[in-house]
Amino acid sequence: MNWLLLLEQILNGFQLGLLLFLLAAGLTLVFGIMDMVNLAHGSLYMMGAYFCATFTGWTGSFLLGALLTLPAVFLLGIIVEVVALRTLYARDHLDQVMATFGLILFFNEATRLIWGPIGLVIPLPDFLNQTVEIIPGAPYPAFRLAIIIVGFLIAGLLYLIVSRTKLGMLIRAGASNREMIGALGIDIRLLFTLVFGLGAALAGLAGLMAGPILSVEIGMGEGILILTLVVIVIGGIGSIKGAFIAAILIGLIDTVGRSFLPEILDLILPSQTAATAAPAISSMMIYLLMALVLAIKPQGLFPPKGVGR
Amino acid sequence: MTTPDLLIVENLVKRYDGLLATDDLSLTVRQGELHAIIGPNGAGKTTLIKQLTGEIRSDAGRVIFAGQNLKRVSEPGRSHIGLARSFQITSLFQNFTVLENVCLAVQAHSGHSFRFWKKINNDTNLTEPALTILQHMGLEQRAHTVTSSLSHGEQRQLEIAVALATKPKLLLLDEPMAGMSKEDSETLIEHLLELKNRYTILLIEHDMDAVFSLADRISVLVYGRAIATGTPDEIRNNEDVRQAYLGEEA
Amino acid sequence: MSLSSRQVINAALLVFLAALPFLTDWVGDSFYTGLVARILILAIAALSLNLLIGYGGMVSFGHAAYIGIGAYVVGIGAFHAFEDGIDWMLNGYVQLVAAILGSAVIALIIGAISLRTRGVYFIMITMAFSQMLYFTAVGVETYGADDGLSIYSRSDMLGLIDLNEEKSLYYLIYVSLLIVLYLMHRLVGSAFGNVIRGSKSNEARMRAIGFSPYKYRLTAFVIAGAIAGYAGFLMANLNDFVSPDVMHWTRSGDLIIMILLGGMASLFGPLYGALAFLMLEELLSSIPLTVGGLRVGEYWQLLFGPLLILVVLYARNGVDSFLPGARKGS
Repeated sequence: MNWLLLLEQILNGFQLGLLLFLLAAGLTLVFGIMDMVNLAHGSLYMMGAYFCATFTGWTGSFLLGALLTLPAVFLLGIIVEVVALRTLYARDHLDQVMATFGLILFFNEATRLIWGPIGLVIPLPDFLNQTVEIIPGAPYPAFRLAIIIVGFLIAGLLYLIVSRTKLGMLIRAGASNREMIGALGIDIRLLFTLVFGLGAALAGLAGLMAGPILSVEIGMGEGILILTLVVIVIGGIGSIKGAFIAAILIGLIDTVGRSFLPEILDLILPSQTAATAAPAISSMMIYLLMALVLAIKPQGLFPPKGVGR
Repeated sequence: MTTPDLLIVENLVKRYDGLLATDDLSLTVRQGELHAIIGPNGAGKTTLIKQLTGEIRSDAGRVIFAGQNLKRVSEPGRSHIGLARSFQITSLFQNFTVLENVCLAVQAHSGHSFRFWKKINNDTNLTEPALTILQHMGLEQRAHTVTSSLSHGEQRQLEIAVALATKPKLLLLDEPMAGMSKEDSETLIEHLLELKNRYTILLIEHDMDAVFSLADRISVLVYGRAIATGTPDEIRNNEDVRQAYLGEEA
Repeated sequence: MSLSSRQVINAALLVFLAALPFLTDWVGDSFYTGLVARILILAIAALSLNLLIGYGGMVSFGHAAYIGIGAYVVGIGAFHAFEDGIDWMLNGYVQLVAAILGSAVIALIIGAISLRTRGVYFIMITMAFSQMLYFTAVGVETYGADDGLSIYSRSDMLGLIDLNEEKSLYYLIYVSLLIVLYLMHRLVGSAFGNVIRGSKSNEARMRAIGFSPYKYRLTAFVIAGAIAGYAGFLMANLNDFVSPDVMHWTRSGDLIIMILLGGMASLFGPLYGALAFLMLEELLSSIPLTVGGLRVGEYWQLLFGPLLILVVLYARNGVDSFLPGARKGS
């Protein structure tokens, strides 16, 4: 087994996991606090990437572009919440699913109209567009490393916000007992709007960081949305901690599994069979993990207290 | 002569986050009696009902019904051996008609429902017993009305009708008069007086007039414990009860 | 017994659909027969999904997966018959049984796990399972992976019916629709249907009166999956092609849209919904209006998305609420 490759794949796993966490954090809060299914979360991720590509083009700097993107997606999230989603909180999940599905169609088509059907490229500045040797002999792309660092920083920041601030207290209270925040006399609408905007900004951040390494294209939010849903379901809806652990887990399993499954299968199966089965099995793995978790704990690994439904 | 105990509750415990909702509770319900449970808000009355029906699991203690330990019997299973409940907060099939509500309960006790072809809504095996029950509860005129358009009082009566349709040995009535007007309550008390002759009943109720006029025996629940059990007269004259409960209200 | 005006409209629609191949012959444009055949297949799948969503309250977001299984059975059968000369795999009856059984078994496994969860969890886990099947199909190189499989010969029904004949295929689809409609009618009105509807209406009460909803729900889940698998069998024969795209989660979303557009409260709702969905697609994408050099029709989803939101918000019962005798409320 190639240990340097394993190390690199583990880093890649963390990088994917942290991206997933940024998406999952916002989505799980919206689920947990507002009991709202938002399929259009992936669209906000896509908008983050497109905004960043545009702003980077305007300013000529990726960092400036990224800095402009965050408030833009935050604002977009708030607009979406106020215009379309606000009226849906009281509706059942089916209505929410359908309306946000409508939003996805809208965003995809609007993106095609504005930016055209061909994907965009986000150019990286030189200092991010190189490799660093964290361990001698194992060069690793600086940008991917930056994603990992930013991901951990945001995770820490979120942890502080949720556990130490008044907003965090309300968020936690909301996830476990929705009626209670109402009873506290808090302006619930404002809280919801803020949380939604925050979730949108995080999704946008994930999008703008994924843009340079994946590709900025229409529908890029949909594949990752499903992964994010798996993360949330495994972690327990409404739980930031659960989202973090599940995101890292999924990131690692998916990345490391994909590169090493053929070798592992080779040990137990005839090599011809192993080579055919490996791609199918490795793309099934995270879903099998989800099935396993839910078969044992239908509420996910870390269900917030009081969510007995 | 003593009548046998239909329901025996022994040392039952339920904790919520360290709070004892049911605290080492023991009581018995004799065959044929109407046993009322009273107690201030938060005494754990509804928790007890949920433990009896199996909706929530007990942390300790046991429940014996008709000689059978209920520990391993599921909530639907308990319905099949003769435990029926009404809900404190009306819980009906709101988009079904009154008759369909009762028929569904009859259906639950007429063998399995893996029958995919034959029309059910005119099946006299279901409608006949259902209509008889509706007659008993004075709802036969409303049989074809959609439940959501019934008055609150009528819905409370239907709650009991649905429970009766499961042919119970023991009726658990959780505040059947909750939210009722004076007249509606009086009508319901008359129905209960009549039901009392045919069923063993465990009644939870806030309406003291109703409890003292209906009950054969009364248990007083405070903080998840039964502090006294006796006839209405005994309860009225019990010092502990006066202090702990009636005293506060008088 | 007199017919209500709603029944007259439903009957008129069925008569129109029966006459359609001859009408298009007369007009001389058979494009619409193919389009309507596609609509009817989707209507069959939507009808089966409506048993879960409309009657049972189980919002399954992965129903297209079962269509995919049925379609791949036909595709794989044709593939091996063509490549390896295994003739029995082209036998339409073998394919039919395999499509129905295969989708039923997968539905049993997925349902057994998914139905342990509630609400949002259920929506997401069914969606995730269908994506798992989607990625599995994408991963299998032998059967074309991303590009899918072309089907060089349609199911061989041993002379009973010739599926290469477009009219025969259309009428097989049409009769299948009638059968599924009647099946649903009986199912919903049966003892079993009563339990399914009751479990949607009030699960706590169901348990209190002695029902265990799980096994009934699982049965409904399997029935719906099997019917969708059958729809897939028809779909593959109509398209002469199958690819992972039929199982994509957005295809499952389309099925839910059809149910929503048609109205969940009624038996015919999914049929109207499927018609409305594909007609809207045709209509919106052929809007001739041009704004600033861009043809509006080319960006039809820009209109369809918000329209969907408006339907959810203001016309909850879809087409159904515009037909005579519509039930008020939910």
